[in-house]
Amino acid sequence: MKLEKYLEILPKSLWVMTCNSGSCNGCDIEIVATISPRYDIERFGMKLVGSPRHADVLVVTGPVTKYMKDRLLRIYRQIPDPKVVVVVGNCGSSGDVFYRSYNLEGPVDRIIPVDVYVHGCPPRPEAITEGVAKAVLKLESKRKELIEAAREAVV
Amino acid sequence: MSAKTYTVPIGPVHVGLKEPITAWLDLDGERIVGARVRPGAIHRGIERMGQERNPIQVIYLAERICGICSFSHITAFLRAVEDAAQIRVPARAQYIRSLVLELERVHSHILWAGVACYSIGFDSAFQLGMLMRERVMDVLETYTGNRVNYGVGTVGGVRWDITPEVDTVVRDMIRYYRNEFSAFYDIVTQDPVAKARMRNVGVLSYEDAIRHCALGPTARASGVRCDLRWSAPYEAYGDLDVKPVVPQDYVGEARGDVFDRFLVRVLEVYQSLDIMEKVLDGLPEGDIVFEKSVVKVLSLLKKAEGTGWGIIEAPRGDDSHVVHLTSGNENLTWWKVRAPTYANAVSWPIMFIGNDLADAPLIINSIDPCISCMERMLVTDAGSGNEQILTREQLLNMSREKTRRMMPA
Repeated sequence: MKLEKYLEILPKSLWVMTCNSGSCNGCDIEIVATISPRYDIERFGMKLVGSPRHADVLVVTGPVTKYMKDRLLRIYRQIPDPKVVVVVGNCGSSGDVFYRSYNLEGPVDRIIPVDVYVHGCPPRPEAITEGVAKAVLKLESKRKELIEAAREAVV
Repeated sequence: MSAKTYTVPIGPVHVGLKEPITAWLDLDGERIVGARVRPGAIHRGIERMGQERNPIQVIYLAERICGICSFSHITAFLRAVEDAAQIRVPARAQYIRSLVLELERVHSHILWAGVACYSIGFDSAFQLGMLMRERVMDVLETYTGNRVNYGVGTVGGVRWDITPEVDTVVRDMIRYYRNEFSAFYDIVTQDPVAKARMRNVGVLSYEDAIRHCALGPTARASGVRCDLRWSAPYEAYGDLDVKPVVPQDYVGEARGDVFDRFLVRVLEVYQSLDIMEKVLDGLPEGDIVFEKSVVKVLSLLKKAEGTGWGIIEAPRGDDSHVVHLTSGNENLTWWKVRAPTYANAVSWPIMFIGNDLADAPLIINSIDPCISCMERMLVTDAGSGNEQILTREQLLNMSREKTRRMMPA
């Protein structure tokens, strides 16, 4: 089955953990706007959860300050496999206006593997929704890989 | 038996909606008997980065200090640069800046009111607030093209003019809020459970608010008459006759609790609507920027020498920027920013004391901090040495259960 088929009937409602690693709040309020009635991503069953152990997706905003690097890694490790990391915002993707700061360890892909980048400073809620759709596909392909690997291990 | 049995660190990764920050709460059972706060997780070295950029480039950096009050920061920064370089801003630009500042205040206060309802488990009011907030976001997008970081201010004025179309959109929005926002206000203030959760919670007395330098709506809720738009008018506020909103003028007394902070912010939304209407009615004709060519502005700023100040009333309190320019150096020599949340966070320990642990999220939210994100707590029972991790979710559930207990069966 082609992966895009999964977007027609979602195989799973994504539960999302957000981690602000030093962002300006701009991306965070756009994430809140995405779950609010106008954009209403909760109609797909997607919601923000408070614990990394419940999450399928880690949404990272911000350019990762030195203090937050260790915390980001710890959150990432607590999320069960298969998991997808979505970076929301330019500063997490590339550093953007915060390039050449003495207190940054980022961008995020220097610290944890990133699957989906959502660009914009901050991205519009529509862009975040598109990023989540990409995350669904990514998660399904990872799940397939895990199932294949498990089958091979049994054989 | 000692009075202090638990120490509960909130954070250091406290990664939910806003900036990470750490607080330690000393508990006696469920009561909070002491509290300490440690900020600093989100330090990005913005002031240092400003020393490597020229003032026009720093505008976009200043905008990203905070995504919610982005225009307040650049207005304070631009006023500091204009003060240092002796640049006069045209009257029309000053009016437009005041308009955008008020639009920003409306969206910030509605967002706060929604989040406050969310943290007491009043989710329908949160969704209603977020739905209403989209209207002002639409107006900001119509005028500036952006939803969050508008990029509309520049040295010596603003970049976009208020066209008749924008004027119509803003007036429509004012009418919409006058009709609809009262519903939200009534739902929350008439609701007995919401009132019970917010009344006499997180009290900051008049004396404590002054002693600990609380600012903005946090101080006004304690009855302190302070508002820079009134006491030291900037931009167009001198013509607009703004009075500080204090609860004693509306409900007779100021208790300085979370309910008063809610009331002040809601009333300020109405005040902002009035201000916006006055701005649109009195919008003078003329230029919107003192010099259109950015190259000429930059060469002028390169020659400038001196220190400039810019202090404005942001949605959360006084926001001050101080800038020093040296002749012959294109970049800022130094730049200092003082945002209101830092001053307000000092009063947290006082607000916490004597309240339940379940009220902690509400009290943290009540000063409208730029605080965020997943909230993780480590409860250490000093007696048995047991440790327990409390997630933001559990904390939120605690808060919501308290609401449920209060509801009549």
